[in-house]
Amino acid sequence: MSRQSPDPAPGRRSFLTEALAIACGGLATLTPVAAGVWAFLDPLRRKGGAASFLPVTELAAVPDDGVPRQFAVIAERADAWTGFAAEPIGAVYLRRGKGSDTVEALSATCPHAGCFVEMEPTGRCFRCPCHNSTFTLEGGIVAPSPSPRPMDGLECRVAKNGSVEVKWERFRAGVAEKIVQ
Amino acid sequence: MRHAPEEKMEIMKSSSAAGASSRKGPLGRLADFLDDRTGYRAVMHEALYERVPGGARWRYVWGSTLVFAFMTQLITGLFLWASYSASAQTAWESVYYIQHEMAGGWLLRGIHHFMAQAMVVLLALHLLQVVIDGAYRAPREVNFWLGLVLMMLVLGMALTGYLLPWDQKGYWATIVATNLAGIVPVFGPSIQQLVIGGTEYGHHTLTRFFALHAGFLPGALILMLVVHLSLFRKHGLHAKQPITKPDAMFWPDQVLKDAVAMLAVMAVVLGVILVPALKAMLAGEPVHAGHLGAELGAPADPSLPYAAARPEWYFLFLFQFLKVFEGWGATGEFLGAIVVPGLIMGVMFLMPILGNWKLGHRFNVAFTLGVIAGAGLLTALALNEDYYALWVDKAPLAEAQKLYDETGGDEAKLTAALGGDKAKLAAVEKQWETLEKIRRSQAFLDAAKQAKLDAARAIELAGRPEKIPPAGMLELVRADAKLQGPRLFAQHCASCHAHVDPQAPAAAAILATSSAANLFEFGRASWMRGLLDPAQVAGPAYFGNTAHKDGDMVSFVQGDLTDADQWKKDDIEAVIVAMAAEAGHADPGVQPAMLEKGRALVTDGERCGGCHKLGDNGTALGSAPDLTGWGSREWLVGIITDPTHERFYGDSNDRMPSFGKAAEGAAPMLSPQQIGLLADWLREDWYRP
Repeated sequence: MSRQSPDPAPGRRSFLTEALAIACGGLATLTPVAAGVWAFLDPLRRKGGAASFLPVTELAAVPDDGVPRQFAVIAERADAWTGFAAEPIGAVYLRRGKGSDTVEALSATCPHAGCFVEMEPTGRCFRCPCHNSTFTLEGGIVAPSPSPRPMDGLECRVAKNGSVEVKWERFRAGVAEKIVQ
Repeated sequence: MRHAPEEKMEIMKSSSAAGASSRKGPLGRLADFLDDRTGYRAVMHEALYERVPGGARWRYVWGSTLVFAFMTQLITGLFLWASYSASAQTAWESVYYIQHEMAGGWLLRGIHHFMAQAMVVLLALHLLQVVIDGAYRAPREVNFWLGLVLMMLVLGMALTGYLLPWDQKGYWATIVATNLAGIVPVFGPSIQQLVIGGTEYGHHTLTRFFALHAGFLPGALILMLVVHLSLFRKHGLHAKQPITKPDAMFWPDQVLKDAVAMLAVMAVVLGVILVPALKAMLAGEPVHAGHLGAELGAPADPSLPYAAARPEWYFLFLFQFLKVFEGWGATGEFLGAIVVPGLIMGVMFLMPILGNWKLGHRFNVAFTLGVIAGAGLLTALALNEDYYALWVDKAPLAEAQKLYDETGGDEAKLTAALGGDKAKLAAVEKQWETLEKIRRSQAFLDAAKQAKLDAARAIELAGRPEKIPPAGMLELVRADAKLQGPRLFAQHCASCHAHVDPQAPAAAAILATSSAANLFEFGRASWMRGLLDPAQVAGPAYFGNTAHKDGDMVSFVQGDLTDADQWKKDDIEAVIVAMAAEAGHADPGVQPAMLEKGRALVTDGERCGGCHKLGDNGTALGSAPDLTGWGSREWLVGIITDPTHERFYGDSNDRMPSFGKAAEGAAPMLSPQQIGLLADWLREDWYRP
């Protein structure tokens, strides 16, 4: 501490000193910040795994009465460091017309904000329990609905052995277009 | 370090006053020593001797209670942190442990949970007072802005804290909140991905939310709070005019008022924590952990719908606000979730500038009151939608309900039913709308009730002596027959089978619509007694609505069994007892002789054994279901897997699908685990504490 001595007058080299001080201090501080931000941004380079067809059930289990039924989608999944053996990862509604051999699949995830869409107890429409978005049994919007788009259809195929396979994808919520997430 | 002249004098005086300090006790000397080297007395003086214009007043306590609430959160949060573990397999588990196993954990978590809510209320009051008093005006603009930033930080902490227990409630609420963040233009999806730590919700969603909740946000909050408070001291307290009393010092008058207010806030929080327990005590019920403090829902399960998903009450208005834009499509959601809340915050930030206009202050006050009233109204609307069924009078709607049931809600049919009466049609349709509101509300109430039951069961399971497996609570929940049985049954069996106590009031209606046997207490003596009752066997609870209605079993029960010479009452009872024993449901009080007799009757080739196999009675499989181990887990798993197997119904199987059989490479309708769960549930074979 220099109690008595007056403040030294700014010298000629002061600009250089100031600039250097700021640069050195800044660089020193920015290093940990940069390392932190770099790691923090890691999720941005993670993409949802490539969509693949997952066997959901078999044809006989989807009654040909045009009424959608809920089925769990079961798959192996990884959550950061944990690998999970096959377990339910979501749900789809499957629907088959009278005598038809093709199955239509709708994702049970609400396109509005991502809640779980359920069938009305009356069985006449789908309704999301969060914001009351309502959909027809074909997945179409019942106006007025907060949802910006109909329920998301998923590609669905029936294998030769009768296995019903659904291409499991997630889509961005809250937008009118169906964009794979 | 530079010192003002007076301060230098102080230093010289204190160092030359060695004689004076020698007369002090050791504590006084220590204080002098410390003050010499730190100047703490001046700091304390500075902190405590703030001039309060017009003296201490109750209206000045709000800011202090907020600081107090934050300190409470900091203290309880740090202690919670000492027991919390942020990962998808440990978050719920560690919160369960805090809440239900650790001594005092419920109180710690209860204070943290409810003080967070108190903080939101105090924030609103503080903001309201600042705006009404015009305390945002020059030179306090920057401090007002800081206050708004602090408010957003607090709300951010509330939002991130909601997820941390990783229960169904927090999980689904967070999905909605983060999906809404995703609709911000350009950066939205990236923000969403950064916040949830990838594309799926899991470990990194928790670690990030926890880092935000306990690190970034409170860190920023502390920094801002320091500046907020120092600016508050710099500008002095914004005194409410007119000042009628003399000025006073902050210490001790205002501090006393602040302290009393803090204690009152704490008392309210403690009250909220303890009221459910007190209520239970007064009602003479035992107090259990669920009564104490904050709720913990069932563990988060992405594959399980959660129809009771709602944000915490102070965010309900935002939740309800989204419904205002029904039918606006993506624009509506963008407006409701981003634009309007953004504009409101924007206006609040402009208040210090708007306040310079002639009517600016009035506008600011009106705007703030309007926003708070609007939020209040939306909250009321949200609550009304959810709880409507509780308070609406359903009696006047009985006729409309009847018409709805008759017409199936079809307008054309209704018009016909009313004979084209337009006025009546409009009236009934209006009543139908009310009925629809009741139905939605009831669905929410049912879901909320179910959520409570699920949570209670999960907590019961977690408390088993074996504790939670390393894979986490979800594994235990998914393997619990009591939780999964009803869901699997509803999804796969209930379209034909009933599962209802025949004595229940609604039983008749449910049985009338079922097309296969009622499986309530299947395998038990009560079920078998009904089957062997000539009055019931062809009824809806047994074979009445099946292809076996006119089958051999029905004619046997209605024929042979009614012949008292062939079948005495005791014989039938013995068969019932023996069959329950096959299922493993033998009454412990039953006589061994009775069991033996029953078994002999069933085995007998002249009686049941004529069609049914039991053990090695020599009857070939194929004519009727094998009764060996009837109703046991193994037997039930077998029949659910493949009822067309010769051990069960073979070719005469009615409509029951083979749930566990599938072509090679295809997935069966039910996995072996699911079939086992159904069997266990039907047998009521599940963990009991």
